[in-house]
Parts: sequence; C-alpha cells; structure tokens
Amino acid sequence: MAEDSDYILKVSNLGVKLQNQILLDHINFNVKKGTTLAILGPNGAGKTVLLKTLLNLVPHTGSIEWTEKVKIGYVPQYVAVSDIPMSVREFLSIGNGVDVENSLKKVRLTDNSILNKRLGVLSGGQLRRVLIAWALNDNPNVLLLDEPTTGVDMDSEEPIYLMLNEIKKTQKITIFLITHNIHIVQEYADNLLALNKCVTFCGPAAEIAQPNIQRQIYGETVCVETERGEN
Amino acid sequence: MLDTTFYSLFLSIFVGVAAGYLGSLMVLEKMALVGDALSHVALPGLAIGFTFHFNPFLGAFTFLFVSAAIIWHIQRVTKISFEALVGAMFTLALAIGILLYGEQLDALEAALFGDISQVTLLSTAGAAAACIIAIVLTKIIYNKLVLAMISEDLAISKGINVARTNLLYLFLVSVVVALGIQIVGTLLVGFLVIVPAIAAKNISPHMRRYSWLSAVFGAVAGFAGVLLWSIFGLGITFPGPMVVFVGIAIFAATTIINWRLKLTS
Repeated sequence: MAEDSDYILKVSNLGVKLQNQILLDHINFNVKKGTTLAILGPNGAGKTVLLKTLLNLVPHTGSIEWTEKVKIGYVPQYVAVSDIPMSVREFLSIGNGVDVENSLKKVRLTDNSILNKRLGVLSGGQLRRVLIAWALNDNPNVLLLDEPTTGVDMDSEEPIYLMLNEIKKTQKITIFLITHNIHIVQEYADNLLALNKCVTFCGPAAEIAQPNIQRQIYGETVCVETERGEN
Repeated sequence: MLDTTFYSLFLSIFVGVAAGYLGSLMVLEKMALVGDALSHVALPGLAIGFTFHFNPFLGAFTFLFVSAAIIWHIQRVTKISFEALVGAMFTLALAIGILLYGEQLDALEAALFGDISQVTLLSTAGAAAACIIAIVLTKIIYNKLVLAMISEDLAISKGINVARTNLLYLFLVSVVVALGIQIVGTLLVGFLVIVPAIAAKNISPHMRRYSWLSAVFGAVAGFAGVLLWSIFGLGITFPGPMVVFVGIAIFAATTIINWRLKLTS
C-alpha cells in the first residue's frame, strides 16, 4: 500500500466546463513521484484540457493537489515557429544563465551546429527535442508532454521516448504524457489514465494489452469510479 | 526652415528606429496590416487637436491607444480576430475624422501625408525621449512576446501575463505610430512599421539580427527620405513619399540578397 508521501499529485472530483460545454467531469486520479502517466483517449476527450488544467491555465472545479513544491516543464502539442527567425541558441537562451550546449546534451543532440539553425528549418524530431530541452532548462520535477512526437516520423518516435525514459530515471522526473500510441503506453508508461470527458480507465499501463480493457477505453464510453491512492 | 529640416532629420532617425524595432514584432505576429490600419484611427484625434488648438500628437495618441485598448478588450471577450476588429474600428475612425475636418482640406492633407513644418526643438526632444522609452520597454518584453507567438500556453505556463504584455505593446505601438504621423502622415505611417521589418527578415537568420536590422532600416528610410525630400523637394510639401521610396529600395535590395545567398533558408 502506497503512502501519502509517495504521491506528487492528487486530483479529486475535477471538472471543467467552458461555454456551457462539459470538457472534463468527475476526474479522480493520483500520480506517484518518478513515474510516467500516459493519458489516452479519442480526439476531443479532454486530454489537452487536463494538462492545461494541471498547469492552472483553465478554470475548474474540484481539487488539484500537488503534494510538494513542483516545478513544471511543459511541451505543447503545437508551436508556431515556421515564420519566426529565431535560432535554436536564442530559443534555449530565453531565461537567464542557460548553458545551451548542456541543454542539447540532455536531449541527445550532440551536433552543436544545430544551435545556429532557425527553429523553422528543424526536422520534426529535432524540434521536439529542442522543445523538451527548453522545458528541462528550469530543472523541473514534473514534465507535461502533449503528444511529444507530433510531426515526427515513425522511426524517430521510439528514440524520443527512450530518451524521455532515461531523463525520468536520471533526473527523477514525473512525466505526464498524452499519446495515441498503445505500444508507447505499454513500453514507456507506468500507469494509464484513459479519458473521454470522464475517466474510462485508470490503472497499470500494462493492462492496456488486455482486449477487455481496450474495449473499455475505445468502446462505448463507460465512466469508471477510481479509488484514490490505488493508481 | 533650416532648423525645421534639421529637427525633422533628427526626429526621423528616432521614429524610424522605434517604428522599425516595434514593427519587427508586428510583422512576426502577422499583424503587419493591423499596424497600417491602426494608424488611420489617429485621424479624429488629429482633427480634434487641430480644431481646439492643442498638440495634434496628443489627440492622435489618445485615439490610438483608446481604440487599441477597446479592440484588445473586445477581442478577449468575443474572440473575433484582432485584424477584423481593427478593420471595423479604422473605417469608423476614418469616417469620423473626415467629418471633423469638414472643409479644412489643408489640415486634412497634413494629417494624411504628414507635416514637418511645425517640428520644433522641444517637440523633437520630447519625441526622441518617447522613442527611447518605447524601445527600452519593448526590449524588456520582446522575448515574452515572441514566446507567446510560439505558444501562448507555453508563455503563460512560464508565468508570463500575455494579455498585459500585449496591452503594453499596443500602448507603445500607439506612441510610436502617433509620432510617425508627424513625418509621413496617417496614410503612410504603416509603412514605417512594416517595410523595415520585412526587409530585415529577408537577410536575418537570427532574431537578434532581425530586430536590430529592422531598427536600422527604419532609421535609414526615415533619415534618407527626409534628406532627399529636403534637397530635391519634387514639388511636394511632405516627405512621406520619399521615405517610402527609400524603404522600398532597401526592401528590394534585401530581397535580391536573400534570393542570391539564400540567407534565411
């Protein structure tokens, strides 16, 4: 049985309603320190809204209780960089006293010539790594990743998740990860939160392999009651 | 006359630097035409200043900033695009401005195309100080605004108050546009905000070079335009068209350089 101090986040009865539309309803889950929580669900299920709510960007009801002082790094799904003449060095330097070369090393970008490239000319994989490097600049203990392999070709996806796994272990970071990829959930997540405005599954990520769990997530929406502290 | 020309040259450098620097952000926000349209909002303010004999700059600035603040607020409440709201506001202001000017066509011409005959040492010094303050404040919020352009959520998650930062930026744009109207008028002041920035973008692989080149090109267009007008005149009573021609020449040159050297690819 996990103790209270093992958790970094406790979410109780969370609800989000915008312009008379319910986006999230009765969400309960807890997250243990140093684990990866995958967030899965169909389009419009409220996954991004949940991350934004955890960042306190969205008005909500219910409670979000971080159990210690958290420093959050955030990687949004979409960024508008194509028209901005900003180099990687300039982007990583936003904020004071950043060692940009060390930032690149953290995300396994070893060729420093990338520092002089414009953000808009990077490949999908390079851009994602640079965004993750930027999120890591403040030495966060929580990383919120909204589909971190958006715009990345299939061959480059797995290395990014491998890298995130290493970062999680070496820097003891708790990761929240939105994904549509069941393989990624199985391989790289400890726990899974499936959403469709309400929670449709909450438990160990390995259980996604079971056909009845997949039906539960992708079939007709059936909201489940989750027990606090058992995630 | 010599003094007025000298002050105008001095003024054009400061206004050019400020308009170019602030314009570099407006172009990145894809709001280049917003800057242009916004300048027309100043017309009623200029007319009121002219009619009631106070500094037209104050009237222009007041109208610009109040309009920008109203647009900023309506945009936040309704989510209607900024450029659509500016479009509505600028045509309304233009209509009011023309009504207020009535048959005073000389004054209307000065408002539309600029009038440097009234430039004094005091007004030049005041404008230079306002430009310096606008540049310094913009430098402080520059990275915050760029980060919000990349992703507003990312900026907010870093503790940046994006709405307040945008409002400050609009305030500073209002100051610089109102000052620029003296030199090139409401019809052409949008040029000073747009063209130096797009010329700089042509040859800037990095943000730092982009922002300072925008400022330099703004100063060169303003100074050289007023200088050429004061030497050649060409029978026109305002320097605005010359400023535009110099700016377009810079833009053409940078376009050719980019085309030949592929500096931004």
